[in-house]
Amino acid sequence: MARRLDKDAKQGLVLISPVLVYALILLAAPLLLVLTFSFWTQNYLDIDRTLTLANYREALGTPIYQTLMLRSITISLVVTVVTVVLAFPIAYFLSFHVKKRKALWLFLITVPFWTSYLLRVFLWKVILGYNGVLNTALMELGIIDEPLTFILYNANAVVLTLAHAWAPFAILPIFVALEKIDRSLLEAAEDLGDGPFRRFWRVTLPLAMPGVVAATLIVLIPTVGDFITPKLVGGTEGLMIANMIQVQFGKANNAPLGAALAVSSMVIVATISVMIYVAGRYFGGRVKR
Amino acid sequence: MKWRRFFSINWLLVYAVAYMIFLYAPVILLPLFAFNDGTIIAFPLSGYTTKWFVSLWETEALHGAVSNSLLVAVTTALISTSLGACAARAAARYRFPGKQAIVGFIMLPLVLPEIIVAVALLIMLVQLGLPLSLWTVVAGHVLICTPFSIAILSSAFAGLDQSLEEASFDLGETRWGTFSRVTLPLVLPGVISSLLICFTISLDEFIIAFFLTGTDVTLPVYIWSQLRFPTKLPSVMALGTILLALSVLLLVAAEWFRRRAAARQGQEISTPGGLV
Repeated sequence: MARRLDKDAKQGLVLISPVLVYALILLAAPLLLVLTFSFWTQNYLDIDRTLTLANYREALGTPIYQTLMLRSITISLVVTVVTVVLAFPIAYFLSFHVKKRKALWLFLITVPFWTSYLLRVFLWKVILGYNGVLNTALMELGIIDEPLTFILYNANAVVLTLAHAWAPFAILPIFVALEKIDRSLLEAAEDLGDGPFRRFWRVTLPLAMPGVVAATLIVLIPTVGDFITPKLVGGTEGLMIANMIQVQFGKANNAPLGAALAVSSMVIVATISVMIYVAGRYFGGRVKR
Repeated sequence: MKWRRFFSINWLLVYAVAYMIFLYAPVILLPLFAFNDGTIIAFPLSGYTTKWFVSLWETEALHGAVSNSLLVAVTTALISTSLGACAARAAARYRFPGKQAIVGFIMLPLVLPEIIVAVALLIMLVQLGLPLSLWTVVAGHVLICTPFSIAILSSAFAGLDQSLEEASFDLGETRWGTFSRVTLPLVLPGVISSLLICFTISLDEFIIAFFLTGTDVTLPVYIWSQLRFPTKLPSVMALGTILLALSVLLLVAAEWFRRRAAARQGQEISTPGGLV
């Protein structure tokens, strides 16, 4: 039996090794290089390879980077909360109320997500603009007299556009978690006298927590790294840290500073993610399975 | 009881419909402005035209971008699916030390912001002195597509009845014979589904392509460059409409193949897609 397992292990490792090698060369090595780079400095074209914390002092100490970092984290957290809160009822609806055609609903939810990301963001600009679709419609209906200006070129527009872009990523994990809930537990709660709200709060939500946490992390982490949405709809008020990282690797030509900004933002996001994960486990863990 | 039914069913459906309108709002505008006979992307619409589609036909730079993107997307789909098939098979069939850590690491690009992946690859390529080209874009795209491929193919391989392969061995088939005559036909729909999804992701991917592309641009990078010119916008809308139609077509095909895979293995068809 032991030999059989060894053979199995060997075959498994052989099969997975091409992917592993690929990921080690093109993911692990570059990420380590970014980390190394963040401790180097750049003088115009030359890279100075003496290890220094100068980039981190600049990345974490300069007011503009501090502002951008704080704003990025804030926007991403707001986007995450908005996306997950908007997504939860849809996932709940799909799991508990749609009896037939679940697959069709899921398909319809994912279709907009497969259209060009750039164009989707751009079209939000068309919707939210001064002469945009929303303003025109609201003025035609006589609800407003003057175009609304607070909806484009600021953080609101970034939040709305990102909440739209990441919707399926929030709905699907929550849906899967809800599908896994044993329906007899809900009946039991009802039989024991729980009303719909108590039942939801004490049984459904804690059991759906793994999905909610997954959705939160799946939305939170990548949104911090988005620079298209802030650039197209964010104006100067809505620029985020990823825009600065892009500038450092492009026009400003200061890759080490860009690397330090990237590493700092990832460390901050990772810390927040771990906290959310732990909090989710605590909240979800109160119901014994 | 009556009150509760009113609360839970009706309002959730209303909410779901409103949410779908929110999801589809930008997508519906795309064909609307593509066929609109006006140079400004705003309401009111001024009439029907197909001239923006004709103008696409006459733009040389676009044709270059399209063929670059097709090359990148096809290559990415083939490589990612091959890699994904190995990993999914290994994960579904075998037990080996460090399995969770290895699979977790390979799936990492799924949660890593694309700008981090792009910047990291850029730094390495520059350090190695390798020129940026379509191949560097492919390298980046394979990295982000492989996790999707693994997710799709894992369900295909997990549903595979191992006794069928054992039966094939017992009846004297070789490893290759078993693979090509038993395993492959059973997971083929999953493989095609993975190819189509990887193709679609690569075709639409912008951030990695933006950082890693050389002088040959891909389609999204081309679109990005056009968004700056207001006069080019209507034809960009037309281009977007074509891409939308193409994506929907590919997705329907991918979904059809995935269901067929599930049906072949006797799984329940209504289980959510392999992307979950």
